[in-house]
Amino acid sequence: MRKLGVMNASALPAALAEIVDDFQALTEPERLQLLLEFSQGLPELPERLQDHPELLEQVVECQTPLFLTIETEPADGGAPERVRLYFKAPKEAPTTRGFAGVLHEGLDGLSAAEILAVPDDMPEQLGLTRAITPLRMRGMTAMLGRIKRKVAASGSQHAPAQS
Amino acid sequence: MSYPVEQNEKFAAYAHPERLVSTDWLAAAIDAGALDGGKLVVVESDEDVLLYETGHIPGAVKIDWHTDLNDEVTRDYIDGEAFAALAAAKGISRDSTVVIYGDKSNWWAAYALWVFTLFGHEDVRLLDGGRDKWIAEGRALTTETTVPAPGTYPVVERNDAPIRAFKEDVLAHFGKPLIDVRSAEEYTGQRTHMPAYPEEGALRGGHIPTAASIPWARAAAEDGTYRDRSELEALYLGEAGLKEGDDVVAYCRIGERSSHTWFALKYLLGFDTVRNYDGSWTEWGNAVRVPIVKGAERGTVPAGR
Repeated sequence: MRKLGVMNASALPAALAEIVDDFQALTEPERLQLLLEFSQGLPELPERLQDHPELLEQVVECQTPLFLTIETEPADGGAPERVRLYFKAPKEAPTTRGFAGVLHEGLDGLSAAEILAVPDDMPEQLGLTRAITPLRMRGMTAMLGRIKRKVAASGSQHAPAQS
Repeated sequence: MSYPVEQNEKFAAYAHPERLVSTDWLAAAIDAGALDGGKLVVVESDEDVLLYETGHIPGAVKIDWHTDLNDEVTRDYIDGEAFAALAAAKGISRDSTVVIYGDKSNWWAAYALWVFTLFGHEDVRLLDGGRDKWIAEGRALTTETTVPAPGTYPVVERNDAPIRAFKEDVLAHFGKPLIDVRSAEEYTGQRTHMPAYPEEGALRGGHIPTAASIPWARAAAEDGTYRDRSELEALYLGEAGLKEGDDVVAYCRIGERSSHTWFALKYLLGFDTVRNYDGSWTEWGNAVRVPIVKGAERGTVPAGR
């Protein structure tokens, strides 16, 4: 199987870059298997969100229902502000869950600036486009886009008022 | 038909009862060893490309509607050579009885069945209720990937004309019934746009003039099985206004949901001439100068047609 040699994962946050490297080191069937493992590793929603579906936002571009939300943990002493990511997708949608699992492991706990710096076409770097088709890749790109927009919106709310 | 046809009261009312099997029937056939030797082959076809891997009917093989059945370059289905290779690799021979099932009330399974029919595979059936019903009944699942003994499949050229409509066919079809199986929002052209999202896939919203709106899922019951004959008649003969002997074209966005309706019209109600327009709204809604109707009214046959 071909490897995607030209993509450069170095611009990504460390955890995400590592995931991209892992995918790229595999053959296509193995990549699908790894995506399945990410789908199994996606954490459950915390209880406070389980009872409040209205706090989650649906990513309508995904073929199957995917809901997500972000929370910002304030800076604590020397530690900078961190963005936490929460996803909900049914077990019957392993591909969507797998994408969510990749983004969770790769982005959860990073700063807003780090998340906003992730290139929009990052999902392409996983080398899954052929195996799962460009149509299904759109869902993942939309998921990343939604996260970035929510992070940007949440940052602008906190920004001091211009006078 | 190479494997015995299921007899039951619900199926007997349909025009072609031999096109459906129940979960009971399939479980009994598997227990009886029907999968040995490739006489009966069970195929799972889902929307989600990884769902089969999370657990499937023991002995079932997977066919993905997109990566297996669509040509990688041209917007078309695979050719006879590729289909023969695919079938053989899945343990299917030309005389195999193929039972297809999948997620979402067999939406994608019906699509795979329609593609098998383009190649004239004689005995291909749907598992009524599909994957969800099988699971809801607590039946056996396995994550073990089936490695079938290769089948022998000849290279058969696709015969599109009887069951597949192209855009030109639809333009020539005006005056005869069309069924739009998409959601009401898609039919009227009033799909909601999320902020900062362009409408993907089609430049125009609405429906093909004169098409009746019968969303595909209305043909399915709560448990994912097809509704019985009288309910289907109320839907398609009553509401949509089809008459016996009509020449019908069904469409959706890319031809998958309309395969589910195509199956109901062709095999359950027995319309002889039913074609699936797989170009569907992703072609029609982007094509230059084709007529479109917006709103809930069906509209009239375009002038000059």
